[in-house]
Amino acid sequence: MSQTQHFETSAAGSPDKVAEFDYKASFGKRIQNALHDTPSLVPMVVLFVSIAIFGLLLGAKFFSPFALTLILQQVAIVGIVGAAQSLVILTAGIDLSVGAIMVLSSVVMGQFTFRYGLPVEFSILCGLGVGTLVGFVNGWLVAFIKLPPFIVTLGMWQIALAINFLYSANETIRSQEIDEVAPLLHFFGETVKIGGAVFTFGAIFMVLLVLLLAYVLRQTAWGRHVYAVGDDPEAAELSGVNVKRMLISVYMLSGLICGFAGWAMIGRIGSVSPTSGQLSNIESITAVVIGGISLFGGRGSIMGMLFGALIVGVFTLGLRLLGADAQWTYLLIGVLIIGAVAVDQWIRKVSG
Amino acid sequence: MDQKGIGLMEPILKGRNLVKRFGRVTALDNCDFDLMPGEILAVIGDNGAGKSTLIKAVSGALIPDEGEIFLEGEQVKFQSPIDAREEGIETVYQTLAMSPALSIADNMFMGREIRKPGWRGKYLRQLDRKAMETMSRDKLNELGLMTIQNINQAVETLSGGQRQGVAVARAAAFGSKVIILDEPTAALGVKESRKVLELILDVKSRGIPIILISHNMPHVFEVADRIHVHRLGKRLCVIDPKDYTMSDAVAFMTGAKEPPAEAA
Repeated sequence: MSQTQHFETSAAGSPDKVAEFDYKASFGKRIQNALHDTPSLVPMVVLFVSIAIFGLLLGAKFFSPFALTLILQQVAIVGIVGAAQSLVILTAGIDLSVGAIMVLSSVVMGQFTFRYGLPVEFSILCGLGVGTLVGFVNGWLVAFIKLPPFIVTLGMWQIALAINFLYSANETIRSQEIDEVAPLLHFFGETVKIGGAVFTFGAIFMVLLVLLLAYVLRQTAWGRHVYAVGDDPEAAELSGVNVKRMLISVYMLSGLICGFAGWAMIGRIGSVSPTSGQLSNIESITAVVIGGISLFGGRGSIMGMLFGALIVGVFTLGLRLLGADAQWTYLLIGVLIIGAVAVDQWIRKVSG
Repeated sequence: MDQKGIGLMEPILKGRNLVKRFGRVTALDNCDFDLMPGEILAVIGDNGAGKSTLIKAVSGALIPDEGEIFLEGEQVKFQSPIDAREEGIETVYQTLAMSPALSIADNMFMGREIRKPGWRGKYLRQLDRKAMETMSRDKLNELGLMTIQNINQAVETLSGGQRQGVAVARAAAFGSKVIILDEPTAALGVKESRKVLELILDVKSRGIPIILISHNMPHVFEVADRIHVHRLGKRLCVIDPKDYTMSDAVAFMTGAKEPPAEAA
């Protein structure tokens, strides 16, 4: 060792460990760390507390298998679209076109069957394909042209919606016709009854989809890469993640899921209508944010989004059963959104 | 390693006439580069001299406009850091290139995850978390870097020195031919720097050559076998730290003094 190192000898007597990982955490700090590890904890607690409160206030009217499964049915579409939205937001993007893709897909499924007389199975595949294709265009613009996701999907929202109206000629396909000619379009509207509980296939599909995506995000390399890209795309690229391919695959999957949402929507509302599902993009973002997924990307879990969607459903039904003005629902959801983002900011400070 | 031996040996990593332009700025101007087997080569240079560009060119993070790179005598054309990594060149970037919200184990294996054996890995593409956690912990312990309590801790909850340690351990765990360290001690305190320098010497003793980019002259002179002085986008000279003082090195890299003819 050269003579230049004298100043370091004074540090020689100090403890030798460079990196010790135990810290004396205060109670608040420990909660912060728990939330950091499991960000869906907050929406889960809020969900169960709100179910408990409405249960106490309304008794069996709310706390029945029928009412609780009704909530599940009502949030099915938002939950499916929210799953697509979650994937995109985890990559630090946002998809404003989810609702428009959903409607466009459902219109393609309906019109291909009724206008061209194509087999309904094929029409459904085409609808799903259109959703995926629009997602691909979004992903390509974001990944290769490097346009901000907000702008790309804001534009795509208008484009997809306009195509939807132009192509469908603003024509609605009625429910009875669908039942006669192509009942498969109503597949997700079919129900399973267990006692008083009523599960639509759409609701079951939503839950299975969220569970599948939770597995994929947590247990596969692709899922870990989604988080890495959302966290710090440059770092992900340098660590060997193909960021462009990852982004395109996420937007494509988002488009495909929106296609399924379009199919599920036909089951839910019965008809194929180009004017339906207008609020889906805002509702899905609400579910994602209340569910504790960070809009800055890389943090949160898709289970949280499901809890977020269910919270909105519980508030909506609970307040309606209480006879309250519907505006109270919006007011409370607004409070929840701001609260959720505040909690997210606090969790992020864990390293500070 | 002495200067005479180097003449006989073939460089493990060699760059010839590398050129890289960014608009009107020429960051690399017909630059040559040689890394010998088993050595620690320090790369020093003033800010803006093109050190980072040179390192990015040999690590695949950018593609040079002109020039050739040879690894073990064979020409290589890296299109991405992944290409370089597959050839056994690992880089620890100054920014560390880690995902702060993900765990230590996730970061160690980012982009080269291990899947579970059998059908769960093959069809469900399930990751073998346990194997990755065990390997991460072993690597960190093996390098005497840290006493880990929770390998699943998010990287952002670590201190700067701890993060650097994880990044160096990642490179040391996977770098089979060359390890590149960009300013590994810049953000560290005295003790943490010492630990990283020991780690560098430890990695060298395993026979893996290291490229060390640093502004810290005492650190450079302590560990480097040879010093590549970079100036105005090219290699000004290569000096042996035993023959020159730190002031000489600084004088060369800032242009205050002409480089020695025989070392140029």
